[in-house]
Amino acid sequence: MPSEDRDRDWQLGQVHRKVDAMERMRGVTRYTDDLKLPGMLHAKILRSPHAHARIKAIDLAPALAIPGVFAAVTGQDFKIPYGIIPWTQDENALAVDKVCHVGDGVVAVAAIDEDTANAACKAIRVEYEVLRAFFDPEEALAVRDREGTINPYSRKGNLSKHVDLEFGEVDKELAAAELVVEGEYFFEGTTHAAIEPHCALAHVETNGILTVWSSTQVSHYLHRELAKVLEIPPHRIRVIQPPLGGAFGGKSEPFDLEFCVARLAIKTGRPVKLLYTREEVFYAHRGRHPMKMKYRTGFSADGKIKAVDAKTIIDGGAYSSFGLVTTYYSGQLLCAPYNFGSYRFDSTRAYTNKPACGPKRGHGSVQPRFAMEIQLDKAAVLLGIDPIELRRRNDIGADTRTVNEFHVGSNGFRECLERVETASRWKERRPTLPYGRGLGVAGSTYISGTNYPIYPNDMPQAGVQICLDRSGRARVFSGANDIGQGSNTMLAVIVSEELGLPLDDIRVLSADTDLCPVDLGAYSSRITLMVGNACLAAAQKLRARVCESVAKRWQVPKNRVVLAGRMAIDREDPERHVDSAQAFQWAEADHGLLGEVGSYNTPKDRHGEYRGGTIGASPAYSFTAHLAEVEVDPETGIVEVKTIWVAHDCGKALSRRIVEGQIEGSTYMGFGEALMEEHKVDAGHRGAHAGPSLLDYRIPTFLDTPEIAAMIVEAPDANGPYGAKEAGEGPLHSSIPAIANAIYDAVGIRLDRLPFTPQRVLAAIRERQRREAAGELPPHKSSVDETRKIA
Amino acid sequence: MAAFGELSHGIAGWGRLHPWRCSGNPCRDMSHLLLSMTVNGEPVQVAAPAHHTLLEVLRYKLDLIGTKQGCDKGDCGACTVQIDGVPQLACLTLAVHAEGRAVTTVEGLGQQAGGCHPLQDAFDRWNAAQCGFCTPGILMSAEALLRRNRGQTLTRAQVCEALAGNLCRCTGYTKIIDAVLDAASVEEARNAE
Repeated sequence: MPSEDRDRDWQLGQVHRKVDAMERMRGVTRYTDDLKLPGMLHAKILRSPHAHARIKAIDLAPALAIPGVFAAVTGQDFKIPYGIIPWTQDENALAVDKVCHVGDGVVAVAAIDEDTANAACKAIRVEYEVLRAFFDPEEALAVRDREGTINPYSRKGNLSKHVDLEFGEVDKELAAAELVVEGEYFFEGTTHAAIEPHCALAHVETNGILTVWSSTQVSHYLHRELAKVLEIPPHRIRVIQPPLGGAFGGKSEPFDLEFCVARLAIKTGRPVKLLYTREEVFYAHRGRHPMKMKYRTGFSADGKIKAVDAKTIIDGGAYSSFGLVTTYYSGQLLCAPYNFGSYRFDSTRAYTNKPACGPKRGHGSVQPRFAMEIQLDKAAVLLGIDPIELRRRNDIGADTRTVNEFHVGSNGFRECLERVETASRWKERRPTLPYGRGLGVAGSTYISGTNYPIYPNDMPQAGVQICLDRSGRARVFSGANDIGQGSNTMLAVIVSEELGLPLDDIRVLSADTDLCPVDLGAYSSRITLMVGNACLAAAQKLRARVCESVAKRWQVPKNRVVLAGRMAIDREDPERHVDSAQAFQWAEADHGLLGEVGSYNTPKDRHGEYRGGTIGASPAYSFTAHLAEVEVDPETGIVEVKTIWVAHDCGKALSRRIVEGQIEGSTYMGFGEALMEEHKVDAGHRGAHAGPSLLDYRIPTFLDTPEIAAMIVEAPDANGPYGAKEAGEGPLHSSIPAIANAIYDAVGIRLDRLPFTPQRVLAAIRERQRREAAGELPPHKSSVDETRKIA
Repeated sequence: MAAFGELSHGIAGWGRLHPWRCSGNPCRDMSHLLLSMTVNGEPVQVAAPAHHTLLEVLRYKLDLIGTKQGCDKGDCGACTVQIDGVPQLACLTLAVHAEGRAVTTVEGLGQQAGGCHPLQDAFDRWNAAQCGFCTPGILMSAEALLRRNRGQTLTRAQVCEALAGNLCRCTGYTKIIDAVLDAASVEEARNAE
């Protein structure tokens, strides 16, 4: 959609060098742990070895006696609770009276260096009274007494959140359905494993302002919570997010380290830094919730979904984190890309004595999507309908309302299906693949930000300020957190497109609460749509001024002036042009200093009129289709994913390769969750993490990762900047069930529990073979199996 | 190296700032060693506690922050540097092990190539760095691969094998593989001239 004064987009959809990548390549970018201030101390946190215990006494004296130890803080220094969701403020920076999981913070120490801080932690004596710990959500929910209540702020025992919503008449539709598929699924939960561990540095500046540098993806929420817990007015606190080494949702709320360094910096008068060890990152977690899901799906004979009935138990860990939202999302985000005749979901989140779960890329909806897409695949087999065709028949389409009353605008799902179908040569190849080799498909949708902010307010969700100066440069001030996804570059591309400047002439200054307007942060895939729209609004105002001043000088109508290629050009006489600096100088002479703000707020008419009907409502939805090809070794149970084709409708790709990178990275992350990742604690070892290292918690390497063929589909949305929607989370979802469905196609086994380890695959193959031998099942792909037997 | 000249007087500097350091710390042995090595082509002398790793010395003593700490136990590859041209994990290498040897970090990569190494340029063009935290380590592994493989056509499989010790969580590796293959062909074309 080129603006009226441009013939075509000159930057949109191109390939760009990112505005801040080369410095990372050179190794000169300063991430949080690279910051060093004069007199800086290092802090460490002493953590609980128990999953559930009352703290009876803490003796700090031996630690404080060590030379080089400056200060220590405990839960008594942080009695005010906090929490990312205003209604569930149920954690303290350090444990106040009791610890709720192994790894809960108990004491933080600041010392001259890390070694001394570690020695101080060893010297501290903590006396615990060990309490009964709960590692199973259903066991935890069964307990009602105060003694067995894990979270100290919980008012409903170990029930963290319960949501039960029904749309249409599910029981009636299920009774009338020609096919009802029932399935039970289990998603163990996974973690983010960003390569940069969490780090924070705090210092009280000479003007008395507490400055906190943190590897956070939500500077604004951190700012608010720091003010609350430390009882310092927000305007006396400055939060800066330095360049960040990956997050994926794992840095989207405040953590103990930020409060600890702040308090220790105030206490000692020195800068204090704390870097998590990798082990601490695993215990900080906030990753994908384990979910136990029971699905009943009713179909008509022609494959139309008549009813979906879902019951989900969610294992939340010790704190709420985003859990209230997760519980809603586990049901609310499932109602596209397919039309459900009727829908009911009943989701219950429990507290357990484990590291708290929270939002990981595809928050709340990756697990139900796994269940749903396998349900569809099972139905396709039972009804004898091609799995892609079955999905096409249920396509909800564009400009419509979901069964749970969300308004869907643009929708490129049908094209996504076609793209993966064609690229994989599904129709020709699928019937011919031998036993052990298979193709599987799945689809999904995701939000581009949420219509309602985390804390209720009527202010804009995003704001951007842009200044132009006489050197021909633009400065963009944005509170948005670039976490590696490229949001700084996205903003530069929009400014570049509107003001005709090359990216080199644009400085994006982001995520510094003293310099930038408030932005809510990098979560729920909100930045491109929301911050992009705010940026576009500001840039368009500036463009109008610049064009007006140039037109005045040339004595031509304003719409003849085009800004592109670092110039202002006369559209009808391209020989006439001036460089951008001259154009800006004319505009500054006419209008004074050139600065504009733009803000964006969400439409408020796109949700359902019921309690919880706003949660999951978004200005625009992205759509994805994945198609995976696998090879399964029936002797070992090893699954090799050969290729994943993925088509994603991002509305409009503002920067092509960055969008591809998001699609590929998401698909890869889903692949890892499908085959190897499992974040769990070991109940047999008192709730210790099963393997808090990047060796034990396996994530895919270069050698593991399949070929990923990413395809961009563009169904522009009226609510997105130039039609753009999200690309960073949606393309994870269907990666997992596409692999599950491909495994079924390959060897005829249903894997309803993640991950698909060789042991589980092998056990399922053996079980199928047993049933085939008993005559309960026909041989899978028997006709093409002969060649393998001969070989 | 001039930039490191002041830092090579590390003991005196620390002593002035933190007197307890000189008076002895009871919790551990703080005896320092004076190490000599070549870092990015320049001779460096640096004092460091005997138990410190090369990663700690590079980051804390020499301020070469391009080498990253992702796990500190040899699992992620973010701290990959080259010792005598061979990729090594700085977090698993005691600093004393680098005594008398040539250490190259990511900061030395472009320097040797006179500004910007073809790998850095290719990574930039391909958007092969998202958050960029694993990138320095990957560049050091990739540079060694290109050098080992000079004069031969590089395959995708070779790239994956050479970089298998470097974890990246953002990209799905696709763009990194593209960038390395691209850089290899750029180098090949340059060598053919």
